[in-house]
Amino acid sequence: MSGATPFALLANATSIPWDEIPEWPAPDFVHATATELDRGARLCAWFGVPEEVTHGSTRLVAILAYDADNTLAAGRSLPFAGSYPALTTTQTQAHLFERELWEQHGVMPEGHPWLKPVRRTAYDAPADGPFFRVEGGEVHEVAVGPVHAGVIEPGHFRFQCAGEEVLHLEIALGYQHRGAERALPGGPHRATMFQMETVAGDATIAHATAYASVLEALGGQEAPLRAQWLRAIALELERLANHTGDLGALANDVAFLPSAAACGKLRGDFLNLTAMICGNRFGRGIVRPGASGHDLEAQRAARLGALLSIALADTELAVSWLWDAPSVRARFENVGRLSPSQAASLGLVGPSARGCGLVRDVRYDHPAGWHRFAQAPVVVWPGGDVFARARVRSLEIQRSGEFLREQLGNPPDGDDSETLPEPVPDTLAVALVESWRGEVCHAALTDAAGRFRRYKIIDPSFHNWTGLAMAMRGGAISDFPVCNKSFNLSYCGFDL
Amino acid sequence: MLATDLLLYRLTRGIETIAYPDGPAPTLPDRHGGALRVDGAKCVDGCRECVEVCPTEAITRVDGGSVALDLGRCIFCAACVKTCPTGAITQTGDHRMAARERRDLVLGERGHEEVHLAAALDEKLRRLFGRSLRLRQVSAGGCNGCESDVNVLGTIGWDLSRFGIQFVASPRHADGLLITGPVTNNMKLALQKTWDAVPEPKIVIAVGACAIAGGPFVGHPEVNDGAASTVPVDLFIPGCPPHPLTILDGLLRLLDRLDDRRLTNARPEPADIR
Repeated sequence: MSGATPFALLANATSIPWDEIPEWPAPDFVHATATELDRGARLCAWFGVPEEVTHGSTRLVAILAYDADNTLAAGRSLPFAGSYPALTTTQTQAHLFERELWEQHGVMPEGHPWLKPVRRTAYDAPADGPFFRVEGGEVHEVAVGPVHAGVIEPGHFRFQCAGEEVLHLEIALGYQHRGAERALPGGPHRATMFQMETVAGDATIAHATAYASVLEALGGQEAPLRAQWLRAIALELERLANHTGDLGALANDVAFLPSAAACGKLRGDFLNLTAMICGNRFGRGIVRPGASGHDLEAQRAARLGALLSIALADTELAVSWLWDAPSVRARFENVGRLSPSQAASLGLVGPSARGCGLVRDVRYDHPAGWHRFAQAPVVVWPGGDVFARARVRSLEIQRSGEFLREQLGNPPDGDDSETLPEPVPDTLAVALVESWRGEVCHAALTDAAGRFRRYKIIDPSFHNWTGLAMAMRGGAISDFPVCNKSFNLSYCGFDL
Repeated sequence: MLATDLLLYRLTRGIETIAYPDGPAPTLPDRHGGALRVDGAKCVDGCRECVEVCPTEAITRVDGGSVALDLGRCIFCAACVKTCPTGAITQTGDHRMAARERRDLVLGERGHEEVHLAAALDEKLRRLFGRSLRLRQVSAGGCNGCESDVNVLGTIGWDLSRFGIQFVASPRHADGLLITGPVTNNMKLALQKTWDAVPEPKIVIAVGACAIAGGPFVGHPEVNDGAASTVPVDLFIPGCPPHPLTILDGLLRLLDRLDDRRLTNARPEPADIR
């Protein structure tokens, strides 16, 4: 599939000189990208690079994934100003990317069906913009947020309903916009590593690993094996904590308290295992470019393994009740359903995609770092409903547990840190990491001095929020909490 | 049968809620480090090594003066602890670090080497909120780290509601706000409106480095460097994110539900707190 591509191929967590990436006039580039996506490639990133030579112009850049061929590919347009024919008109998965392009660079994707801001607005309140409205005497509109009823991040949900039935849901985000990506050109700065750890604070390891991998690819030197090993371990601990918490929260949303109570506590137990490594429950300080911030010595690894076994056994039991309780099955099955073709056309990633039967997992499709040597099987479940997304999480807990049991006892020898060479100039590096939510993608382009010229962060939530909106169509508005929880997307990771 | 299985499971597990504060506090992870202590008297003339490694510029030193570390702005990366040539900045291992006044978090000068821990609310507010505090949580740019560890307090392991503290779904039902995040421009209006909707008298608790001073995003034009930019803050709980124990300590300290003398006792006496 990737064999005949005119795009430049590159493997995950590697780099390519900027000059070697093929370029097209913008309309031809859109056409070439659409052709590759039609042939089965997937859009990981579609972003702009401001061109300083010709002031006020922009290049488009596409990062594609040929999952079955285990390779990525990059292409770019020639600089242009004004407008270009939108990719979204034929490729749904590009729709948010093109809204972002318009917002960040002022280029107009001609023909985009719903062009509005992604994060920024004139009045600093994202819900102030226009919303798609369904007209009719029995249609009513429900507005929720930005401040929600629980202890969660802010976002605005606008439902068009006929009675209980949701005809359409539009999600307005941007409330969490902290300028995470905007601050990066000219970097890395002193605070950059710490900002990467808090792009989405519940996916610290994933984003930090993607960032470190980008710097290592730009420096031309991998992290020591022992650091790669530790990152893989920390990534699965992060997955265990969040998946367990999600299953507990799903149970809570259908008022099934035994699993909710048990999983809530067990989530904390998994966070504490991460804290055994670095002192911080969210893994701050573990991943450093070219290094590990902490080592996991044999004795500590053994203690971690013993505690892990206890937590895994407890989780297995607490989650099994979900499948045994008819009241839970009745509330999970056939709720928030997406078809595999919807998931594919929206470009969903992570458990949301795998819960629609799509085999899509960076650890398997694009192995980098330690995942070149040690794999966990990809978990897939058909159905596309809340039940399927819950099942995927529960099975991934088992697989992550097995992976950890295997890896904890088999550390590679050697140092855990080395001095990383400075980034090479005029080079594009791309790193994908399978976070617990799905694919985290970081792409960095250096300038002539080796500093960041452009840095693009794509949290899996960027791909998946539209999946939640589509899953609600035709469902009952009272199912929204359990649907929302079954995706559990990041607001700050999206808002950047 | 599932129902009997579940009942039996609960019986075999017993009480899973931590004994604290009646019993000893759970131990922090050995690499946590806890609060910092800054002994400015140990600083060498002209040394600025800690100032230069701090990612959030939480450490300042004016020429000829002693070093000042703002624990509210600190994200606890411990780079300063490692780099300090004289051991002036050290980790205490203490989970307690909540303060009532912003200046109480600035460490370094003689007499201010450690955090001046939070005093309780005045008697009038304590009588109102001491045994029943309802909080509305507002995340205003939080990364879901602080939010997660605030949520943890509601699990059976911590059982925050045993102290009469609960998170409520409407500001109208709340006695105050618990704020996380640096207060983004896009959330400033929503935070202001939520604050306005809480009936008087009301309190505000800022949790985490972002809500206190902007955290890793301090100085970005998209954020307002903390909750105090928008609403008056009554309690600051440092951390990135703060350990749940640190948050709980802050809340209980504010409500005068802790007795430090008894807590540091090797053999705690039976509780009279509840």
